[in-house]
Amino acid sequence: MDLSAISPTLLVASLMVAATPILLAAIGELVVEKSGVLNLGVEGMMITGAISGFAAAVLTGSPMIGFLCAALGGAALSVIFAIITQYFLSNQVATGLALTLFGLGLSAMLGQSYVGIKPPASVKLDLPLVSDIPVIGPILFSHDFTVYAALTLVTGVWWFLKYTRGGLILRAVGESHDAAHALGYKVVRVRILAIMFGGACAGLGGAALSLVRVPQWTEGMTAGAGWIALAIVVFASWKPARVLLGAYLFGGVAVLQLNLQAAGVSIPVEYLSMSPYLITIVVLVVMSANRSKSALNAPAALGRVFHASR
Amino acid sequence: MSKSLLHINGLTKAYPGVVANDDVSFNIDAGEIHALLGENGAGKSTLVKMIYGLVRPDHGAMQLAGKNFSPAEPRAARAAGVAMVFQHFSLFEALSVAENIALGMETPPKSNALSARITEVSQAYGLPLDPERLVGDLSAGERQRVEIIRCLLQEPKLLIMDEPTSVLTPQEVTTLFTTLRKLKAEGTSILYISHKLEEIRALCETATILRGGKKVATCDPRKKSARELAEMMVGGTLNSAKAKKTTLGEVVLKVSELSLPPQSAFGTSLKNIAFQLHKGEILGIGGVAGNGQDELLACLSGEVKTTGDAIQLNGVSLGNMLPNVRRALGVLAAPEERLGHAAAPDMSLTENAMLTAMTRQNLSKSGFLDWPRAKAFAEQVISQFDVRTPGPQSAARSLSGGNLQKFVIGREVLQDPEVLIVNQPTWGVDAAAAADIRQALLDLATKGAAVIVISQDLDELMEISTSFAALNTGRLSTARPMAELSLDEIGLLLGGADAAA
Amino acid sequence: MLRLEKRPDPSKTWGYLAPVLAVIATMIGGGVMFALLGKDPFEAIRTIFYDPLFSEFAWYYRPQLLIKGAPLILIAIGLSMGFRAGIWNIGAEGQYIIGAICGAGAALAVYPLESALVFPVMILCGAIGGFAWSMIPAILKIKFGTNEILVSLMLVYVAEQLLASMSLGLMKNPEGFGFPGSRNLQQYASAHNAELWTGTGIHLGVVFALIAVIFSYIMLARHQMGFHIRLTGESPKAAKFAGVNPNKVVIYCLGFSGALAGLAGMFEVAGPSGQISIDFNVGYGFTAIIVAFLGRLDPFGILLAGLLMALTYIGGEIAQSSLGLPSAAIQAFQGMLLFFLLALDMLTNFKIKRTNTEVRI
Repeated sequence: MDLSAISPTLLVASLMVAATPILLAAIGELVVEKSGVLNLGVEGMMITGAISGFAAAVLTGSPMIGFLCAALGGAALSVIFAIITQYFLSNQVATGLALTLFGLGLSAMLGQSYVGIKPPASVKLDLPLVSDIPVIGPILFSHDFTVYAALTLVTGVWWFLKYTRGGLILRAVGESHDAAHALGYKVVRVRILAIMFGGACAGLGGAALSLVRVPQWTEGMTAGAGWIALAIVVFASWKPARVLLGAYLFGGVAVLQLNLQAAGVSIPVEYLSMSPYLITIVVLVVMSANRSKSALNAPAALGRVFHASR
Repeated sequence: MSKSLLHINGLTKAYPGVVANDDVSFNIDAGEIHALLGENGAGKSTLVKMIYGLVRPDHGAMQLAGKNFSPAEPRAARAAGVAMVFQHFSLFEALSVAENIALGMETPPKSNALSARITEVSQAYGLPLDPERLVGDLSAGERQRVEIIRCLLQEPKLLIMDEPTSVLTPQEVTTLFTTLRKLKAEGTSILYISHKLEEIRALCETATILRGGKKVATCDPRKKSARELAEMMVGGTLNSAKAKKTTLGEVVLKVSELSLPPQSAFGTSLKNIAFQLHKGEILGIGGVAGNGQDELLACLSGEVKTTGDAIQLNGVSLGNMLPNVRRALGVLAAPEERLGHAAAPDMSLTENAMLTAMTRQNLSKSGFLDWPRAKAFAEQVISQFDVRTPGPQSAARSLSGGNLQKFVIGREVLQDPEVLIVNQPTWGVDAAAAADIRQALLDLATKGAAVIVISQDLDELMEISTSFAALNTGRLSTARPMAELSLDEIGLLLGGADAAA
Repeated sequence: MLRLEKRPDPSKTWGYLAPVLAVIATMIGGGVMFALLGKDPFEAIRTIFYDPLFSEFAWYYRPQLLIKGAPLILIAIGLSMGFRAGIWNIGAEGQYIIGAICGAGAALAVYPLESALVFPVMILCGAIGGFAWSMIPAILKIKFGTNEILVSLMLVYVAEQLLASMSLGLMKNPEGFGFPGSRNLQQYASAHNAELWTGTGIHLGVVFALIAVIFSYIMLARHQMGFHIRLTGESPKAAKFAGVNPNKVVIYCLGFSGALAGLAGMFEVAGPSGQISIDFNVGYGFTAIIVAFLGRLDPFGILLAGLLMALTYIGGEIAQSSLGLPSAAIQAFQGMLLFFLLALDMLTNFKIKRTNTEVRI
């Protein structure tokens, strides 16, 4: 065992990369939940994004087109969820589960001929001199562009929810759809847009996994990342800045356990691999234990079916 | 002033099985307070929803200030100068006052400017409000101010108010009327929806009365007696419930030092509640919703446990017993929310009979349920309380409000309670059903049971209670015989003034 | 324009019709999907739904129907209780794995002892294992209000790692030439969950599945607990008013589904599968969610739905070998079925009406 092989600088730098897929998916789900919709299909949308992005990048040779297709793929899958829950008024929990099951099957089917292929490399920031500064360089200035894109997105969502009228309407719809409807806001339209945004983000998160983090396509490669993203939204009590914190925390755990595995710590590999899931549970417990605080931020209409009766 | 502002001509709207509005026509003049009077289900809310653009009429037309007016959505109505203060469902608890107001405006100013405007307007009309507070922390009266100011900021030509006083204390009503008269003086028209006759006679110069979706009359309410108005509204003479002379028996229920912390983020706490209830007594507990009514009922029914001694039935401490144990001992309850609390919406009436009658009617033997007996009991409730429904297999949600309420009250009354607690027993119920329910409660008390009626409707409490106490921010005033109290005193009690507290 | 109008009473007819229509719609949707994959849609649908029952090799496939159907039905019966109460155990896959590990562990611990007691002890251990695993989300929900969906799901991944650890370490067959995986229980007479009648596919797990169906029917229709479960799902506030203890319902629903999932895992590892291995679990715990909904959370509906879903598994395998249909296509196909079902379910509670859009001014 050689723990000194683990460099803190590299650890921080790589946790940012490791956290990006979850961060993207979680910030999308945050917007969905703020509009009062609980979409448990994040895992399914993520993996659909992973394969559509991967396939598009391999076929065109352009990672950018890959990311675009990943977002479209995730959004397309989320449209199914949007239609069934918003027009057919189905139970959101069950429909989200169906979305995950369907997405896992669909992606495995689409991905058959892509197993074992290496995707084109994504764009990496490489500023001469700046990127070479010790410690700060690797942490701040030499990542794949998805890392910066995700950070920008988080900032954008934070600003949108806090300062724009659209954000206010979105929060209002998630707070009480009846009141929003009475004031003349289009509840269903707002929610469908939010669901599609969430789908696109989850798709991007999937592509960040298959094109940048791994980078490879394997069946079921998200391995619960979508569910962890859902947990992070709860952990963050629906606040964008805390989503960032949560995602980086989990990224840190994931990277640390990989590093420990590589360093040959005497804990069996399987138990190290469990750790991100166990820590998710622990964090969920800690968050729900002081319920009264986080409940204030939870959208009051979360998961409730809206039907304008008269 | 007699310039017509809104002209309504032949508005008709039908829903499957019911014509909500049938060829309704009338005029609202500029600067007039116009009452829209009618029972629950007379079609008042459908009519105003059409004016506000939430519902489109099947036939008919409207003109606003001489121009054709057919708003496709509330936004269009607001743009044309129509604003509405809702009875429910239009505020967002987790958002601030300023955010709530911004949501009701088409083009709200920047947040600083908006806050300044809110403060300015609220002071001009005597309705003080802090723009930064969360609506969830406000009282019912303050919430209504938010709605009114939201409307006033748009400088409307027509302000629609849907049952605005149902959540206010008599003193708050006076303040509201002052504001409305001031608006009228400034030339704003007000469409005032209510079923409270005295209020309308005090405030309005014109009244349009709806019954069964049709316009019955337009008249000057100041020139009619309350009785005449009531008869036009109901279309016949009304039976009011009659109390027989009863003498109070010994104390059955004793509540002392009953306190409860808030159960949710915006919940109310109960503070040191104490009262005694005698056989044959009907204790009316008045107060504006949100002052601890639901919490008090939950403590008495057993949904929320308290310290054992806080509630005693004939000397037995009940406070930490489960609902079914209390039922076995004779304490029954009917909560306010009919669908989703007193009854499960998608379950049949038989299943809903099982819901509370399992213990007292012996519907369960060693855990196995006796459905035929439950069905028989449901049928008994249906027939004795004149519940209009195809039968006990119907889902609770298929019943009208009044019928379901009769079922819910009947289900408890027929179990022969020693103490019955009801919360808002006639809220949203048509007048005939309300009279039946009140009579049933009176009869129950005559037979020697003790009844607690929690209600916002002061007329109701004055009609049936033998004693009265007011609930204000979780405190209960000392119970006093109803006959000793004047309306003014009651108003002061509701506002929280209680020498004994 | 079309508009939805809530029915006063839920429609019984549509309650039965919706699953049937959903299956038909899925056949059409699946056919389109198969056509896009370049397969003959008619042949693919026939292979999946008809061949396992009526082709010349049907004698081989029909018993398979019971072997694959039994775990699905066992798990789905358990899940349906919770789903009715609004308690979402979606970690049955994990409880299934733990049940198998505990059941097999009990057998491997006493190997090679031959005794009539071995198998009953395995059954007990399997049920307790699944139960205990499901108590983690249950207790966390009661004590801290933690979301049971996320916790039970996270525990699936934990269970999978445990499974890997067991098949590579503690339970690895010492005579297995270093290959991962435990001893094969099919070769350990006392522990083998053999067919009760050769060639029928009926093993003890099938019998347990049938008992579970009947038990759950009686529970829901006649017993106080079942009524309280339904009430909790319909309206938690009304349940509280009726005196239902919500914590009891959580423990009961999660515990019952955990124990049944554990049993399913135990019967599988002792019978059809035979050994603990890294890829022991094949997603029954997730497919059972579809089965529960397709069966409308009704015990006898679940019985039929479980058999139908088993049919698609077997048919999918046939289609895989004879038509080269990817195995994942069946998974997508099953997901599609759930979509159609959820969408059509609306018709039990709503009527579709044509709105009157003309407004005369």
